[in-house]
Amino acid sequence: MLDLILSKYNYWISILLMMIGLYGMIAKNNLIKKIIGMNIFQVSVFLFYISMGKVRDGTAPIHWDRALIYDNPIPHVLILTAIVVSISTTAVALALIIRIYKNFQSIEEDQILKVLAREENKTDS
Amino acid sequence: MIDIFLLMFLVIFSIYSIHTEDLLSSVIVLSAFSFVMTIVWTRLNAVDVAFTEAAVGAGVSTIIFLSALSRTKRGEEKRVTKKINIYNLFAALIVIFTGSVLVYGTIDMPAFGDIEAPAYNVLAPRFIIGSMAELGIKNFVTSILASYRGYDTLGETTVIFTAGVSVVALLRRKGGT
Repeated sequence: MLDLILSKYNYWISILLMMIGLYGMIAKNNLIKKIIGMNIFQVSVFLFYISMGKVRDGTAPIHWDRALIYDNPIPHVLILTAIVVSISTTAVALALIIRIYKNFQSIEEDQILKVLAREENKTDS
Repeated sequence: MIDIFLLMFLVIFSIYSIHTEDLLSSVIVLSAFSFVMTIVWTRLNAVDVAFTEAAVGAGVSTIIFLSALSRTKRGEEKRVTKKINIYNLFAALIVIFTGSVLVYGTIDMPAFGDIEAPAYNVLAPRFIIGSMAELGIKNFVTSILASYRGYDTLGETTVIFTAGVSVVALLRRKGGT
């Protein structure tokens, strides 16, 4: 059992972070809180990938004469790309939130939904 | 041992960042979270990722969050409803279910740091040997990023461009430049 915990704890902590981020995205009412949850979620996925690329006793993937074994460089490359994509999604999401705030004077989801429902009723009647 | 402490720090920071009602402190704690993440990545020998995280995660993303906060509101609205509502309970159930399915999935995975892992044995040796022999670049991450998977990086640049254009389109003032 201890062996299992020691060999998997990195994955499990990244799953725990993912759960925290997912809870923030679903349960929080504030839109910026949702984006913070999304950020934590993304970082947890990065941690999962980089943990998969680690090799015991490996050195950093840079050529070195005395290196016996290198860590896997492919997850590093994928995550470099993913970090940049994650900052792009964050920027676009926050720009959308600023627009929403200009229109509704609120960044709380339930208030925005209330305003939207009221407008829909007006157009119906 | 230090790795476990760092990972615990990550969990504490993320819980605080989600839980607190002051959005400004939430963003600052998120920045600290990114900084601890940088140390974790240096510990995992992912130096290029650590660079990028320090610049982008702890730096640029905090600035973007702060500028968004300055244009909206700082505080999260106090919930007037009762403490445990059914919606949050349902969300927690979904999250726990997803987490337990994922933990079940990791039981079959190769152990942390296992050299026999399939991820290490198919493509990685090809790139590690080829980087010096074919390209003469000492940093394997650079050679994969710029040469072997160059189209991937081109796509990434397209994503940044599209994101920049859409942010400009969203925040443009009417009649202004």
